[in-house]
Amino acid sequence: MSSATPTRVELDYAGSERLTMNMGPQHPSAHGVFRAVLTLEGETVIDVDAVIGYLHRCHEKLAETLTYAQYPSIASKTDYVAAMTSEFAYVRAAEMIGKIEVPQRAEYLRVLVSELQRVASHLLWLGTWCMDMGGALGGGATIFLYTIRERELILDLFESLVGARLLYGFFQVGGVRYDLPDGWAASCLETVDVLDGRISEYERMLEDNPFFMARAEGVGVISRELAEDVGISGPLLRGSGVAYDLRRAEPYSVYGDLDFVVPVESSGDCLARYRVRMVEFRESLKIVRQVLDTLPAGPVSSRPGLKSVAQTRIPKGEAYARIEGARGEVGCYLIADGSAKPYRMKWRGASFSNLAVLPHIIPGHKVSDIVAIMGSVDPVFGEVDR
Amino acid sequence: MTSEHATTLIGERFGSAQVENGPPLTVTLPVDAWLPFAQFAKDELRCRYFSFLTAVDWKDQGLDVVLKIDNVDDNLSLIVKTRLEPGVSSCPSLTPLYRGANWMEREAYDMFGIVFEGHPDLRRILLTDDWEGHPLLKSYAVDTPHPPYR
Amino acid sequence: MAVKPPPTPEIPVPVWRNFKDLQEWETLHQTRPEGDKHSAAFEAVTEGIHSFPGGFVLTTAADSFFNWARKSSVWPVTFGLACCAIEMMATFASRFDVERLGMVPWASPRHSDLMIVSGTVTIKMAPMLKRIYDQMPDPKWAVSMGSCSNSGGPFRHGYFVVKGVDRVIPVDVYVPGCPPPPESLLNGLLLLQDQISHFHRTGQRAAPSPKVD
Repeated sequence: MSSATPTRVELDYAGSERLTMNMGPQHPSAHGVFRAVLTLEGETVIDVDAVIGYLHRCHEKLAETLTYAQYPSIASKTDYVAAMTSEFAYVRAAEMIGKIEVPQRAEYLRVLVSELQRVASHLLWLGTWCMDMGGALGGGATIFLYTIRERELILDLFESLVGARLLYGFFQVGGVRYDLPDGWAASCLETVDVLDGRISEYERMLEDNPFFMARAEGVGVISRELAEDVGISGPLLRGSGVAYDLRRAEPYSVYGDLDFVVPVESSGDCLARYRVRMVEFRESLKIVRQVLDTLPAGPVSSRPGLKSVAQTRIPKGEAYARIEGARGEVGCYLIADGSAKPYRMKWRGASFSNLAVLPHIIPGHKVSDIVAIMGSVDPVFGEVDR
Repeated sequence: MTSEHATTLIGERFGSAQVENGPPLTVTLPVDAWLPFAQFAKDELRCRYFSFLTAVDWKDQGLDVVLKIDNVDDNLSLIVKTRLEPGVSSCPSLTPLYRGANWMEREAYDMFGIVFEGHPDLRRILLTDDWEGHPLLKSYAVDTPHPPYR
Repeated sequence: MAVKPPPTPEIPVPVWRNFKDLQEWETLHQTRPEGDKHSAAFEAVTEGIHSFPGGFVLTTAADSFFNWARKSSVWPVTFGLACCAIEMMATFASRFDVERLGMVPWASPRHSDLMIVSGTVTIKMAPMLKRIYDQMPDPKWAVSMGSCSNSGGPFRHGYFVVKGVDRVIPVDVYVPGCPPPPESLLNGLLLLQDQISHFHRTGQRAAPSPKVD
């Protein structure tokens, strides 16, 4: 395989008609505002031109006008399905530059909410993906209704912790904003037990279904070489046989003390990505249990009540902080100039790189497979377009 | 491949490069060493994982192009920087080496107006095709109006 | 690189009809007829019924029947834009279940009555949004969900963000929040049903509702 970029696949053909088809931006299975201009020969896709930018909300420019105290709640709007992990990347970059100490309890709370958020995000992925793959899975929306039911349990936990259901503003430079309310840990453990049982239920439901297996197995294969070359991350990278999880490769926060398994599959198709995520569900729940067992006492922030500009000022410097979000490597490249606002913020969205692999894997597939591949990539367009 | 080993290798091959230690390893290069260094990093440092490419506007001191690549097996991270002098807005493209550079370079072109020489398909990616200006330049106001919707 | 002074922002009056390329579309797509009049044949039949003694009773009863039918089967088009779309999905799904209000999320704009604009409208998206709105058959309604589509919200100062979807399409109900929880959206949808039931009695789109304040 040559390393040159094939943006336009030119095939020798004579006779049959070539059709250009537009898909999106209002498409129920595009998971957001994504437009693909497909060139078809019959039912086979021979070229795809991905058009993105329909949700470009100027995050990087706006970050230059907002202080380190203000931006984390806006950062949650990049990857809005896993808002906690997006906030984590930004505050971690600011803490790396300012060498700001974070209390141990705050670190544990950060890991706790990140892992719960990963479960919530994967639940939404499973539901929407199975809904996209349609009627073969028993009436289309069955799994979707089940997973949303479970996701609401986690959102209830977040609502009692932060007060918001979707976008939180829970992280702040130097710690987290709130401590756990009374009885939260007990209800969290209850929820984790419920989820553990339900996930096995989904697995049985899906893997006993021949239609599901036929649509997922061998579809959208990403080779290891392509995966590294494009820079995809998260479950996609691990589904392609690369055991690279930032929680293990570069243990940040308290992940070094926790015991969990990094799942790897080698086949690189939609089924491999599904299997990786299904194991991640259980591992995240395992981490949540461990954190609740070993949660130390103490303050939750080294800068409580962070409000004034003088408190948020961070010395000159630059840092690249990356964390393992639900979709992969969420990175924040921050340059501080000594004031209360960053000079430049680059957001490395996991979905942007993951989506960039689509033009390389879709050609050669049928039109119906696009939906399965899109769903297994699990893009969030707030993070693609930023 | 430890970071000390990488530092010595870079020092032997690229005398003009300044290397700063501490993860990630930061390498600053002149523009003409951009493509050879990427080739060297991919082949010899085995940094095959393309993380991101972006730019920073330093006002009247020019533009920085920033690249991050990783060696996934040995856990080596590399940030590579080059400075485009004021008035210069072209940089060699990394697309022949890394396929991930395609969209990232389009984004840098969109946001900063850097023309990547050798890019197969350099169009705007996030903004509309008829957009005027490059928003992430410091000379561009954040609330610049764009008719007809404002 | 020469440093240009930042351009001075100039914000024109937010009247969606005044914009140039929208006017071009309007020649092709009649957006919303004045007062949502029925067809000429329908009007003639109504006038005929009115010429009989007591005919008004019949048309008034028919009107309220039509409005009851309309408000009980509002089909929103599944049009997710941003974060609010996730809350919109949660509203459509298990716990909140708007299907009990007769709302079925429908994937095609050509069969839908309601557009829930759920998220930030960008300059690239606005023409698409207008086109999807134009594809919906009359009578149609629009709900603006969340701060971003109400006014631009936290991204109002961004260069690529339309400051409120009411600069692109006419809006009937605004739901505040960032993002609005499903309870808020449900309240907005109930207010919309209330508006629809007043549809012909007042002859206006957004009838003042006693529930608003």
